[in-house]
Amino acid sequence: MKKLKSSLTNMLSVLTVISVVAGCVLAYVNSVTAPQIEKINADNLAAGIKAVMGSDDIQVSEPKEVEDFTVYEITENDTPLGTAVVTVNKNGFGGPLKVLVGFDKKGTILGYTLLEHAETPGLGAKAGDWFQKDGKGSIIGMNPGENNFTVSKDGGDVDAITASTITSRAFLAAIQNAYDKVIKPQDGVSGATPQANN
Amino acid sequence: MNNIKVLLNGIIKENPTFVLLLGMCPTLGTTSSAFNGMSMGLATMAVLIVSNLIISLIKKLIPDMVRIPSYIVVIASLVTVLQMLIKAYAPEVDKSLGLFIPLIVVNCIILGRAEAFAAKNNPIASIFDGIGIGLGFTIALTCLGAARELLGTGAIFGQTLWGEDYGMLMFVLAPGAFLALGYLIVVFNKIFKKA
Repeated sequence: MKKLKSSLTNMLSVLTVISVVAGCVLAYVNSVTAPQIEKINADNLAAGIKAVMGSDDIQVSEPKEVEDFTVYEITENDTPLGTAVVTVNKNGFGGPLKVLVGFDKKGTILGYTLLEHAETPGLGAKAGDWFQKDGKGSIIGMNPGENNFTVSKDGGDVDAITASTITSRAFLAAIQNAYDKVIKPQDGVSGATPQANN
Repeated sequence: MNNIKVLLNGIIKENPTFVLLLGMCPTLGTTSSAFNGMSMGLATMAVLIVSNLIISLIKKLIPDMVRIPSYIVVIASLVTVLQMLIKAYAPEVDKSLGLFIPLIVVNCIILGRAEAFAAKNNPIASIFDGIGIGLGFTIALTCLGAARELLGTGAIFGQTLWGEDYGMLMFVLAPGAFLALGYLIVVFNKIFKKA
């Protein structure tokens, strides 16, 4: 068979056919993988909430939207344990940084996990470990209301990831923001009713 | 040319990384660890094999003047399919490679092989070329990743050999990528290139 000539009709029809076929293939694969991807994201979130609250035996409330944040109230054996917040900062190095962070009732950070990010592998992507309890810039146990929640380069209390200051700033800003908008207003309410058994 | 020769050609004589120096962006960007390098190599190989096969099958139907856009549409679709599959079935790989997977679209190895090999040869030979070049790329990236991980963090495939304290962080960062690649090219050419 001879190769098709580069006439306008040939070129148009070939490109159209290829694009349509490619579009159909993509639509099909998307329909197959989308539920699976959603399930993985949901599983990640459930496992993430357990991890950031440091407890397996918890009840998670229905998600609640507070401004741009998704908030889960966590209770353990019917006593309120704290709050898990999904917070996004758009100033990551490679794109938005989506963090799930767990606060106890006083706003102290119990744990965090990165839900989505597009940081550089080997550099900014280390944020998943760096700020954990045995990481080099641990934020666990800190309270954004008391500690200066910026990187040490900016005069704060947290060591930034080596060579990834932008990621670190975005990460800390995400948590600070969640504290300011979600936890602090709550504190104001709960502070009015003193809790004897704390 | 018989198929075994095509295969070996891709691994040694025309190794995309060490000899042709193609696809430097993912080579330098993703090889911060042996596992990342290997995942990137395998992902690229998968795309390369299928794109070589498809382009070789439809090469007669594509008018010359629109062949590059046609190839790019084919390659981009394959990469997107791969990205969705990785997201759904290998979330760990997706986490560590992140945005480098979609960048396979513009990896010049794939377009280069489509143009230089698949557009001129039969489908079977094109598959072998895809496997050969893909393996060559995977081996190169795994070696580079292993060297950088070992020198940078004292571990290999995540198995600690002498601990992170003795590692030179530079090798995990960008300058180390250039240095390690340069030396690996020297070693590779010393072994395989006859003077």
